[in-house]
Amino acid sequence: MVKIECISLIGGIDKSGNPENITSLDIRKGEIIGIVGPTGSGKSQLIADIEQLSQKDSSTRRQILVNGKVPSPALRNDPRQKMVAQLSQNMNFLADMEVRDFLRLHARCRGKDQISTDEIIQKANQLTGEPIKPNDNLTILSGGQTRALMVADVAVISESPIVLIDEIENAGIKKHEALELLSGHNKLIMIVTHDPVMALSAKKRIIMKNGGMSTLLEATPEENIVSEQLTGIDATILQLRELLRNGKHIRETDLHNLPQSLLCKEENASLTL
Amino acid sequence: MSNQQNINSLPLIIIAGTPGAGKTSILVHTIRILKSANRRPALVKIDCLATDDDIRFAKLGLPVLVGLSRDMCPDHYSIYNLDEMKEFAQKNHADSLIMETAGLCHRCAPYTENCLGVCVIDSTSGPNNPGKAGPFLSCADIVVVTKGDMISQAEREIFRERILEANPRCYIVDVNGLNGQGAAELAQKFQSFKAGSSGEDKLRHNAPFAVCTLCIGEQRVDKKFHRGLLRNMNGCEQYVGE
Ligand SMILES: Nc1nc2c(ncn2[C@@H]2O[C@H](COP(=O)(O)OP(=O)(O)OP(=O)(O)O)[C@@H](O)[C@H]2O)c(=O)[nH]1
Ligand SMILES: Nc1ncnc2c1ncn2[C@@H]1O[C@H](COP(=O)(O)OP(=O)(O)OP(=O)(O)O)[C@@H](O)[C@H]1O
Ligand SMILES: [Mg+2]
Ligand SMILES: [Mg+2]
Ligand SMILES: [Zn+2]
Ligand SMILES: [Zn+2]
Repeated sequence: MVKIECISLIGGIDKSGNPENITSLDIRKGEIIGIVGPTGSGKSQLIADIEQLSQKDSSTRRQILVNGKVPSPALRNDPRQKMVAQLSQNMNFLADMEVRDFLRLHARCRGKDQISTDEIIQKANQLTGEPIKPNDNLTILSGGQTRALMVADVAVISESPIVLIDEIENAGIKKHEALELLSGHNKLIMIVTHDPVMALSAKKRIIMKNGGMSTLLEATPEENIVSEQLTGIDATILQLRELLRNGKHIRETDLHNLPQSLLCKEENASLTL
Repeated sequence: MSNQQNINSLPLIIIAGTPGAGKTSILVHTIRILKSANRRPALVKIDCLATDDDIRFAKLGLPVLVGLSRDMCPDHYSIYNLDEMKEFAQKNHADSLIMETAGLCHRCAPYTENCLGVCVIDSTSGPNNPGKAGPFLSCADIVVVTKGDMISQAEREIFRERILEANPRCYIVDVNGLNGQGAAELAQKFQSFKAGSSGEDKLRHNAPFAVCTLCIGEQRVDKKFHRGLLRNMNGCEQYVGE
């Protein structure tokens, strides 16, 4: 098994065929990189290039090097040698089979037969509302249940040194818990997100534009402070979400976690983000 | 050198797969790469009733031929017309022949021993599909998996495993028919392929029996109208007739 120290993204072309602004970017293990940009700007394509270890053969003409070298075809294709786990933007499973059978089959593909499928289902159930049962058919799961199962599957069965995550905030699952489940120690993590809390939790972020990597930003000290405050606001919003989901009325005091500076001082306090 | 020898040294690549699997899409990307490497294949599309693929192929600026098998199995039709297709390729100064077949009949496989047999399979068809696909998958040299962009990584990996169960010695290439990702690897395989050496080319998989009255046009349903080799629901075969 190859040990990952670093991957290099060699820039290709954007949607207009012009060279990408970022011509080369090294990402080391232990780093968490955010990927942000407008819808359609090529964020998912960027992580697809990394998952496939593209060799200038996708529409972006990017090349991905592993430890500075061109990876072997087996490293690209063989699930038993794969070093990349990917949570894609897909929101449903197409396979017509029971959850337990699906997990067992996937574990076998990754050469991890000894993994307990019940443990994975239990992990998924910690991220979603109504529990998934082992003999549920994959195709009847709700969007959120599907997403939760995908996360648990990627975290446990596809457990790999490189983790690619596309819009974990989707489908209303518990995103912080999901992220924690996915990001083990010393991994190389890339997170595509539209969520400011997620984006600011990464030390660096790639800005995508017109299909190309346009800039690499490092989080400023000020952003780190904002990030902390934002986490508080986010916790409040998630709390409100749970209250609403459980059929409760919301009271003004439920907002007490919000930093004062973010509440309008006008007569009826409203939340402005 | 006889013309027949000439014809047999022409590399033949046969692409089979169910309708809509993505055969033409991946071929267009792959052939563009071949063209940029100064290769000049001739393209043939075999289908049953109608096809638009010739229009898509024609945009590549290469010689294109269409054959429609109508009420016959397109695989059978493509087999006994091979020499004609090869002659077409030679007349047009092509350096290889790439044939796309509709592959509607799951009992046949169009590959010959000398050809490069390529099966195209749609990964959204579900993980049980490779087990049901039949000889056009199990005797292929290369299996191209399309539409991986529409399913999760886990489903892609399971699909791959299922293909290997059906055909353990195949080489699998993932190709995205929309953006061409993976086509370079397939083009590489096409380029390095040399025609087989056996003088007389043979089918890899024998065509199924076609020996009952339905095969020769009987339309009535009742069993009493049927003669020939019939197989009962319990799997037993019987010969009915003289
Ligand atoms: N999402 C996605 N769609 C694809 C992919 N490959 C092909 N398609 C789509 O699938 C449809 C069928 O593709 P074709 O290339 O025409 O399929 P074919 O096998 O040549 O079909 P026939 O010639 O009719 O047998 C088209 O709408 C393609 O755009 C892929 O990798 N991903
Ligand atoms: N450099 C490029 N050249 C050509 N096509 C590209 C390029 N980058 C992305 N694309 C294509 O543009 C389309 C949109 O890209 P993508 O799905 O990655 O957007 P996204 O940023 O993930 O959007 P969303 O936020 O809506 O998920 C895709 O079909 C993708 O293949
Ligand atoms: Mg996306
Ligand atoms: Mg076609
Ligand atoms: Zn047939
Ligand atoms: Zn018959």
